[in-house]
Amino acid sequence: MQDIQKSFAGVVALADASLTVAPGEVHALIGQNGAGKSTMIKVLTGAYRRDGGSVTFAGGPVEFTSPLAAQQGGIATIYQEVNLIALRTVAENIFLGREPKRWGLIQWPVMNAEANRLLRELGIGLDVTRPLGEFSTAIQQMVALARAVSINARLVIMDEPTSSLNEREVDTLFGVIRGLKERSVSVIFVSHRLDELYAVCDRITVMRDGRTVYAGNMADISRLQLVEQMLGREIKNEGAQTGFVKSGAGKAGEPLLKAEGIRLGQRLTGASVAVRQGEVVGLAGLLGSGRSELARVIFGADMPDAGEVTLDGQPAHFRTPAEAINAGLGFCSEDRKAEGIIPELSVRENLTLALLPRLARAGVVDTVRQSEIVNRFVAQLGIKTSDPDQPIRELSGGNQQKVLLARWLATDPRLLILDEPTRGIDVGAKAEIQRLIGELARGGLGVLMISSELEELIEGCHEVTVLRDGHSVARLSGDGITEPELLHAMAQGLEPQDIPAQVSP
Amino acid sequence: MLNTNLTGDPRRARLLSLLGQYGVLAAFILLIIFGSLRYEGFLSAYNFSTFLRYNAMFGLISLGMCFVIITGGIDLSVGSVVALSSVVAALLSPYGVVVAVLGAVAAGALVGVINGLIITRLNIQPFIVTLATLLGARGVALLLARNQGGVGLDPGNTALTWLGQGDLLRLPVPGVILLIAFVVGGVALRYSPFGRHALAIGGGEDASKLMGLNVGRVLLGVYVLSGALAGLAGMILAAQLGAGQPTEGLGWELSAIAAVVVGGTLLTGGTGSVWSTLVGALLLGLIFNILNFENGKGIISLSPYWQSVIRGGFLLLVVVIQSRTGRRGRA
Repeated sequence: MQDIQKSFAGVVALADASLTVAPGEVHALIGQNGAGKSTMIKVLTGAYRRDGGSVTFAGGPVEFTSPLAAQQGGIATIYQEVNLIALRTVAENIFLGREPKRWGLIQWPVMNAEANRLLRELGIGLDVTRPLGEFSTAIQQMVALARAVSINARLVIMDEPTSSLNEREVDTLFGVIRGLKERSVSVIFVSHRLDELYAVCDRITVMRDGRTVYAGNMADISRLQLVEQMLGREIKNEGAQTGFVKSGAGKAGEPLLKAEGIRLGQRLTGASVAVRQGEVVGLAGLLGSGRSELARVIFGADMPDAGEVTLDGQPAHFRTPAEAINAGLGFCSEDRKAEGIIPELSVRENLTLALLPRLARAGVVDTVRQSEIVNRFVAQLGIKTSDPDQPIRELSGGNQQKVLLARWLATDPRLLILDEPTRGIDVGAKAEIQRLIGELARGGLGVLMISSELEELIEGCHEVTVLRDGHSVARLSGDGITEPELLHAMAQGLEPQDIPAQVSP
Repeated sequence: MLNTNLTGDPRRARLLSLLGQYGVLAAFILLIIFGSLRYEGFLSAYNFSTFLRYNAMFGLISLGMCFVIITGGIDLSVGSVVALSSVVAALLSPYGVVVAVLGAVAAGALVGVINGLIITRLNIQPFIVTLATLLGARGVALLLARNQGGVGLDPGNTALTWLGQGDLLRLPVPGVILLIAFVVGGVALRYSPFGRHALAIGGGEDASKLMGLNVGRVLLGVYVLSGALAGLAGMILAAQLGAGQPTEGLGWELSAIAAVVVGGTLLTGGTGSVWSTLVGALLLGLIFNILNFENGKGIISLSPYWQSVIRGGFLLLVVVIQSRTGRRGRA
């Protein structure tokens, strides 16, 4: 793929992105969220039409108009969410649409035997007459692979195939991938787990902001270089890249919230973090390192398998977000559109959504008080809206985010969890949001901020906890929060004993 | 079927699962035993024959409905199609039995084509589309009948009357037609790409498309099948009553849906059995039959409305068991 360009409604998603995969090669494709990986894959498989550039496959230019056409052309995609039919048998899922027939009727014995043979070649033995849904995600992915192999795919794209697999399943999958290599099937492997990339991939392409920023042999790039490429390493020493004005230091004293040794399946394997009053604590790490998962556990959205959460020194294992909210927690999720705003409702309604039970008297909303609160926050946070009754979808991303912040502030929380609070917001509004977060902390609020932006972490946080593969690998504070330290911790992590047990000055 | 054994007592889950699979058949057999012990003449050739003659029509539309529901769709038009096709069969009866039968089936299939094309080409929900054709087909039936209560069959067409009232090898002809239809349907669902792809589409339409199945053609096929079978049922109705019945078939679509669900087919599609549907349809008919016998004994007098209540209760029971055994549809 050469010089691929793609824009959505004027927003550039891909600009001069390139990707070259040789036959029989396992190729890693990596990049932050929004770097353009999925857009790139969708252009390749025909789900999107490209605006410019060329795609060459198996020696000739190709122009797939749909994923189906790409599939028939020899490119199979295995999605994170397995795209097979759980209610049908394993054998059917492999042969749907190409069933062995005689006189128009399906020959079940032939189909089952053939399915069995295919799976055995991939090193899997199972009862192919059982419904696919009875097997684990790992097995379902293998079945998807078997289907791809049986339709003679030349290139298999795997989008984060290991995200829900355990170690043994990952090993099996890697065995299958090596098997594909031997048949000179190429594989594009999208994953955020660096260990896996080094274990199975030959070459790598790194994408950032819709461009290919690195392409080369896996063996030639160190983990640290890789993370630097991924995050972008434009050292800026002048500071003030962000809107944060650091308030000297966080307040010393007992932590407001403390989470220790949190475990949750494969995703969290001993994560710890602590937030004091008036302090902004950053939660850093690569995608898939367990940042959002940890936040969800603290907020009561998921139940941990093990670990301690305390609020003011008291155990605080919230079973539902409602309990967490009552205890004074707030949570701005990363996905503003899906989990935050209700687009058709007005700014007024969106802002007071979490507050309505308290605003209602005898089931009727006290609109006078509602207006009071709305006007106060619109002024205080500088929300730019023509009218509080304007639908929130008409507001810019930055202003939507402010409304969401106001929604939680109106509940008068003691601790606010912000998941990527400035993602997808233009530069000006970003600085404003960052300034606000700083002010809120100065006012005594504890803030736990998940962020992928190094500047934001370095300039905005009193303390940063770095997660890697589901556990805390470093805790940096004060002037110790530097780019090299952060990158180092994200890429390799420090040994547990190296975690500096320092308290903020 | 996912996570069936993760919670609760596995033995209980197994029992519930067995109940879900064979419960309907067991209930059917139990009712027959109960009826044969309690009522004189219950097992008589006469009762058997009338029972099959009447319920064959429900069985046929339930079979079509089964295929539709397996794809995750619904066909509300079948009751009206029965009425329409009965009128068409009556109007065509002077031209011979072949013309009358083919005309009735073709009329039903035509409604199916309309349903299928609008659903697949315009991407409109089956519920709305078939609701519209339910109204439309009824209207056409009444128009064709010139607003009369019935359209008499040509008395000379004895072959057509035989299809509704006659016997073949001592079996009522409608029952024979029903049996043939279910054998063909059963083979189609198990062994034909059409049947398997219908199941696949119900299990995941997007995934099916990605796997290269011609989803539109299969969906069109199931609605045409459903319409054609309703047309066949309409022909039987006209033959049985000696007249086309533009006002008959009211609510039959709901009985058919009930039969399919009682037979264990998920309304969300993706799984289903033709044979369980047959048992489901016959079971619902049997409840009515038993109530008739019970009233005949003269000890109690249950109004026919009770059959509705009992059928409704049964439907609820089955759905509850389905959800308890984890046989819930995926969104």
